[in-house]
Parts: sequence; structure tokens; C-alpha cells
Amino acid sequence: MSSNGIRDQVAIVGMGCTRFGERWDKGADDLAVEAAKDAIASAGVGFEDLDAYWLGTMFSGVSGLTLSKPLKIDYKPVTRVENFCATGSEAFRNAAYAVASGAYDLAMAIGVEKLKDTGYSGLTRVHPVGDGTAAALSSPAAFSFVAPAYAEKYGVDSEELKEVMSRIAWKNHQNGAVNSRAQFRKAVTMETITKSPLVAGDLGVFDCSGVSDGSAAAILCRAEDAHRYTDHPLYVKALSFIAGPGGGAIDPEYDYTTFPEVVRSAEDAYRQAGITDPRSSLAMAEVHDCFTPTELVLMEDLGFSERGLGWKDVLAGAFDRDGELPVNPDGGLKSFGHPIGASGLRMLFECWLQLRGEAPPERQIASVGPGRNLGLTHNLGGGPGECVSFVSIVGPELSA
Amino acid sequence: MGVEAGRRALAALDGPLPHDLLFTTPAPAYLDKTNASAIHAALGLPADGGAYDLLGSVRSGVGALRSAQGLAGQRRTLAVIADLRSGPAGGPEERDSGDGAVAVVFGDAGTGAPVAAELVAHASSCAEFLDRWRTPGEPDSKVWEERFGQEVYVPLVEAATADALKQAGVLAADVDHVVVAGLHARAVKASQGALGFRAEALVGDRIQSVGNLGAAHPGLLLADALEQAAPGAVIVVVVVADGADVLVLRTTDDLPAIRSTRQAAGLATVAEQAAGGRDDLPYARFLTWRGELRREPPRRPDPERPGAPATWRSTAWRTGFEASDCRACGFRHLPPSRVCLQCHAVDEMDLVRMADAGGTVATFTVDRLAFSLSPPVVGAVVDFDGGGRYRCEMTDVDPEAIASGTRVAMTFRRLYTAEGVHNYFWKARPVDGPPADDDEGGPA
Repeated sequence: MSSNGIRDQVAIVGMGCTRFGERWDKGADDLAVEAAKDAIASAGVGFEDLDAYWLGTMFSGVSGLTLSKPLKIDYKPVTRVENFCATGSEAFRNAAYAVASGAYDLAMAIGVEKLKDTGYSGLTRVHPVGDGTAAALSSPAAFSFVAPAYAEKYGVDSEELKEVMSRIAWKNHQNGAVNSRAQFRKAVTMETITKSPLVAGDLGVFDCSGVSDGSAAAILCRAEDAHRYTDHPLYVKALSFIAGPGGGAIDPEYDYTTFPEVVRSAEDAYRQAGITDPRSSLAMAEVHDCFTPTELVLMEDLGFSERGLGWKDVLAGAFDRDGELPVNPDGGLKSFGHPIGASGLRMLFECWLQLRGEAPPERQIASVGPGRNLGLTHNLGGGPGECVSFVSIVGPELSA
Repeated sequence: MGVEAGRRALAALDGPLPHDLLFTTPAPAYLDKTNASAIHAALGLPADGGAYDLLGSVRSGVGALRSAQGLAGQRRTLAVIADLRSGPAGGPEERDSGDGAVAVVFGDAGTGAPVAAELVAHASSCAEFLDRWRTPGEPDSKVWEERFGQEVYVPLVEAATADALKQAGVLAADVDHVVVAGLHARAVKASQGALGFRAEALVGDRIQSVGNLGAAHPGLLLADALEQAAPGAVIVVVVVADGADVLVLRTTDDLPAIRSTRQAAGLATVAEQAAGGRDDLPYARFLTWRGELRREPPRRPDPERPGAPATWRSTAWRTGFEASDCRACGFRHLPPSRVCLQCHAVDEMDLVRMADAGGTVATFTVDRLAFSLSPPVVGAVVDFDGGGRYRCEMTDVDPEAIASGTRVAMTFRRLYTAEGVHNYFWKARPVDGPPADDDEGGPA
């Protein structure tokens, strides 16, 4: 049994990302066209140069036709994938394997989601016909078990933990405020966040990510071909995807202070990339901040903080845009909302900008530099005790 | 409520489970589809027994008791009677009405299993007249002027009572406990005075505390009487509904032992339940439950109708709340699983009923977004005594009063109704009792 990875075998040579938000005037088709057009322009190629497509979308369509029709793709393979909140990342992962295998020379991974047409609060989904016994708890409720469990286990006062949660939301909104592609482009005060109306448990509205529309796309080729397209590719260092047995809700040993799937996928990815100390090796991380306690626990599950000490690092600003390890410098799900199929590729797009020095000067992170130029993206789909987890690591240089 | 009453009737029962089930209610969940079969399944009654609904007039309550008595022999029969009663907002019907269910097990006294009371005699009188009526689908009854009903009822009650007492060879003055139940308050009161029973033999009507339970009320007061009576006592049950029914029962020497068994099992008496009730339910919430107040729904999709094949496949889980225990390592799975979460053994499972297991809240949350008939949803992670954990909705719960360590029991409730399909499943309800130790309820 092994997870060998494809370190340095695949390069990203172009990317595109739409503005995320309530795009009432744009359908899923329009958003996909926008992201795809920007991605090929970025790589300096035409649609005729692409050999295969992977489309990530959860609700906005089924089958490859969801992409081939709006893009008028002339008889090429288009695969639609879905893997909960890691859907966009799953499109990227499969496209990477396809070019690494040599099956195709140039592939597009694209994610798109049109959520705002449903008219509902939060995420909804179509379920298979069931027996009616599945718990009706909403996603915020499922994640709201995390904060009190964390507070109890590590002896953090619940008011202090609320401040930690608010600090995470505050940080991500600060970052989103200066990002032209973000849904929410306003800094929010700690007080507004802390006093926001409760949705579930201790989670207020500002502890939850928003609902938005968006699309992002990447062009991939084998590493040795990268310089045909760009002088500044990003190389894939690690790709890990883990689905858990989903037993957290029935396992008395599970204590809601960790996501074991994330721990496993992070270990796998670090091993593939040859990373032993992620906090100092990585220059940035884009993580799945669906709810503020999720980001807190992720800091520990991804190995950025010691167990039980993540909350102190958060309060100390370690993960701020100008902190030791910037986390969600683009504003995260908090500022972008979570168009499910697009989110993973949106995170990758931030790595694309930051690690290659293309982020606007006002929000370029200082942590990127010689010897420290790796970025991590992470998605978590499902809920505590029952989830899938994706981790990728990318960087602008081939390993020596 | 029918399931809950049935569970309480069977919880400390000596001897075999009832074979057949009769159910009646003036407020059925379904027409065409048998309501009794859901109760049958939730109680885990034998699959080769019958489950029948009787048409739901108020008098069908005592009809179910008589029919169950007639059906029972070597094999026992369970009668379950439930009623939801109310009236137009602010009126006396609404004030004096209550919701409740009773369940009574009938069987042959010759089988050797303990018997609380024997039916000594029965008499009825029947008349066709317009006292109280309601067309299907209407929430409230209509009644004719009360003095008319009193005029018609009292002679009918007198005749049936005289007949029953004569059959039993008992004088009215010698009866130890008398139950007079009916929705016609004046006729009930007049009958109490006209029948020659001792005033102190009258069992209190409990209308001030639980309200008049309609079809279920005679059974409620009979249970109340049985919880007070001495061995060898004579109990007369007079039911005033579209005529009269009179049952004469004599308690047996087994009664004290049955009572102490039930007490030891923690089953509350009628008096204890009446005293333990809460009266802090906001009126607006009551009206919402009754469907008389339209509340702002969450901006979420409506719940989906459960599928017939899926619900049928999961009957053991959905209706019987059965878990599966791994034979290889003992890990308990709710719902049942074919593959073990802990040791991954495949198809090495035994089903085990968890509906009657107590549990402890490990952690909980208040969900203000999810759909519920009674928002907000309170979700709890429950660790069961003897092993097993499940995350479910709570009911009858004050979100402010719940904490880790709160003791709960499972109860069969309606989660929602979608496209006319009532989705019943188990919820956790707080019960009195000390918070359990942290290590209680770990894996078996």
C-alpha cells in the first residue's frame, strides 16, 4: 500500500478565476466561459490546444456536457467530478494524474458553481430517496460541536474561544477587503462578528462562510513541457485525497476536536512533498474555513500549530496576512463564499498569484521568498467525524 | 402517543408480548393505511400478529377495550387508545381538553401470568341522537345545546349501569371505585349523582390537570383507579358517549405485585405524570403545533418525503430503533451496519433493540437553521447505557436547561410530514435522573 504522489511531474501553466459573489446576471455557463477564457489566455493557448477537461461541480450540472456545451468543445473528453466541498480540487487532482500518465499533453481543470439561484440560506443538496431517519441538522450545527469540545478539552474559556473564532473571521475579512475577486470586500469589526445573530450553537452569522457563485480554472501539462507555455509555472508537489469511514457520529471515542481525515491527508501530502515542518516550509496556506472553528482545528490538523495551542497562535496573529504563515491571504471562504465546485481551484489561484509574485502589491504576502515558496491548499467536505479531505502543495521551482 | 402508552404498558409486563393490537383514535394519522401497524412495529410485537384500527369516534375507545377483551385468550391482545382534543381558541373546549393515550393488555387469567383485574360484567345502551359531531378534516367538534344531551344520556347511563351491576351481583353502594367519563360534562356530572354510588368512590376526573382525553379518558381513569385499588376491589367504569357502556372489574391479589414491579421499572403512575407535567408551553407554540398558526419557515428546502422501499428496508432501524453489534469486537452501530467501523468484520452483526435504553447527552447544539415543527432543532450526541452512540434530534427540551450529562430516553415522534407521508422516528427526550458519570455509556 502506498501513496507515491507525482511530485514535480506536473505543472500549472495558466489559471483564471472569476469574481465570486451574487452573480445574478451570470449563469453557470457564463461563469465557466469566463474562467476558461482567462485560463487559456494566461497559458497563451487556444481551446484547440487542450486535449481533455475535468469539470468539478456539485449542483450546477451533471456529465461532461455541462462544460462541453457552453464551451462548444469539439469532441474532446470532458469528465464531470463531484466530491463534496473538495469538488474543484478533485477536478484538479484528476487532470494532474491524466497529464502525468502521459495520456494527454494539455488538460484543463475547471470548477464552477451557481448557488444563488436556489433562493435558500446556506447550502442545499439533492438527496437520494431515503428512509427519513437522517438527522436534519444543518452544516453549521454539525460544525458547531467543534468549538465547545475544543474549549473543554484544552481548558479554554468559552468567551475566549469566541474571541478566537471572531479573530479568524476578522482576519479573513481583512484579507478579502483588499481582494477584487472576493464576494465580501469589507473589513468587519471584531464586535460585529462577535455579536452577530446565532445560527447554530455558538456560531454566529459571521462564523459561517457565505453562499456565492463563481468559477476558476487551471491549465496543466507535464513538467518538462511547462516552459513552452510560461516562464513561471507552478509545479505540483503533492496531491492527497482521503475519505474517512464516517463513523464520528457513532464512535464514542470521537471528541470533535480534530478531523482525522485532514490529519491523514496532510501527512500524506507532506510525505509526498518531502516536508517535515510545514509551518516554516510553507509560505502560505489556503484552507477550508467553512466555519471559524474549522479553521482553528485545521491549524492543528495541518500541523501549523501544536495540539491545543492553535487558539494562541490565532490570537497572536501567526496566520495573518503579515504573520508567520499567512492562512487564507485571499480572504478564504469567509470572503469568497463557497461555490463548491470552484472553491478548490480558487484557492489554487491564490497560490498562483502569490507564489509567482503576481498578487497586487497591496496584498502580496512577505512570507514568500528564496527557499520558502511552497503553497498549500486544503478542502474538507462533509462534517466533523464524517468527511473527505484534500491537500495539495504547489511551488514555483523544481526540487533540486 | 400510542407508541409511548404501549411501551409503558409492556415495559414491566410479565409473560409473553401481546399477539394482536387494536388501535383507535379520533385523530388518525392516516386513512386507508393502518395506523396500528406503526405502533405494532415500534413496540416490536410479533410479526405473525394482527394490527387493526377501529373507526375513531369517541366511543371507539371503550369499544377497543371491549373488543380486545373479546379477542384475547391464550394469546394476549393490546388495546391502544389515543386522542388529540382541542377546540376553538379561547373557548371551554380548548381549556378542558387534553391529548393523551392509554394502553391496556388483555389476556386469559388461566395462563398463570399475573392479572391486575378481571372483567366481571359489561352492559351497554345505545341510542342514535345528535350530541357531538365533527366531519373528517375539521379541527373542532360541534355540540348541540348541553341540556338536550343531559336529558337523553342520563336514562341510558342508568339502564346500562343497573344491568351491569345486576350481572355482576354487586350493589352500587358496595362499589369501591367508580369512573365516569365522557365529553358531555353535564351528563357525566348528572350521572355521577344519579347512580347510587358512594361519593367517595368516585375517581377524580383529572380534567383540571390533564384535560379531558376524549376516547382515551376512560382508560386513563381506569389506570388511575388500578393504581389506587386494593386487591379484591370492585371498579366500575361508566362511559358516556352516544349511549353508555359500563364495565365492572374486580382487582386480583396480583395487583400489588404488578404495581411494585412497575414502580421498580420507573414507570410513573397517572398521578405522578399529572403532577410532573409542565405548564410553561407558550400558547403560540401550542397553536403552531396544532397547525392553527402559520409560522415563518426557515429559508430552506421543504423536507423530502421518505421513500417506501427505503423505509421498508430499514424498518428494524427506523421503527424498532435497532442497532447492530459486531460479534467479532462488540462495537455497536446506530444505524445497523454490515461492516464494522472498528474491526471491519463483514456481516458479523447481531441486531439489538435500543429504543428502551437510557442515554446520556455527550454534547449538543441548538440549530436555528434546520427545519423543525418546533424550532429550534436541538441536536444531541447521545451515549447509550451499555454502549453505542448516536446523534439525533431532541424533543420536549428546553435549550437553556440541557447540558452534557443530561439523562435522556428515546421516544417515537413525528419529524415532519411531506406529501402526506408522516415521517416518524426516534428522538431523545430529557428524563429525570442524575447526570451520569463521564465514562458511562462507553463501548460495550
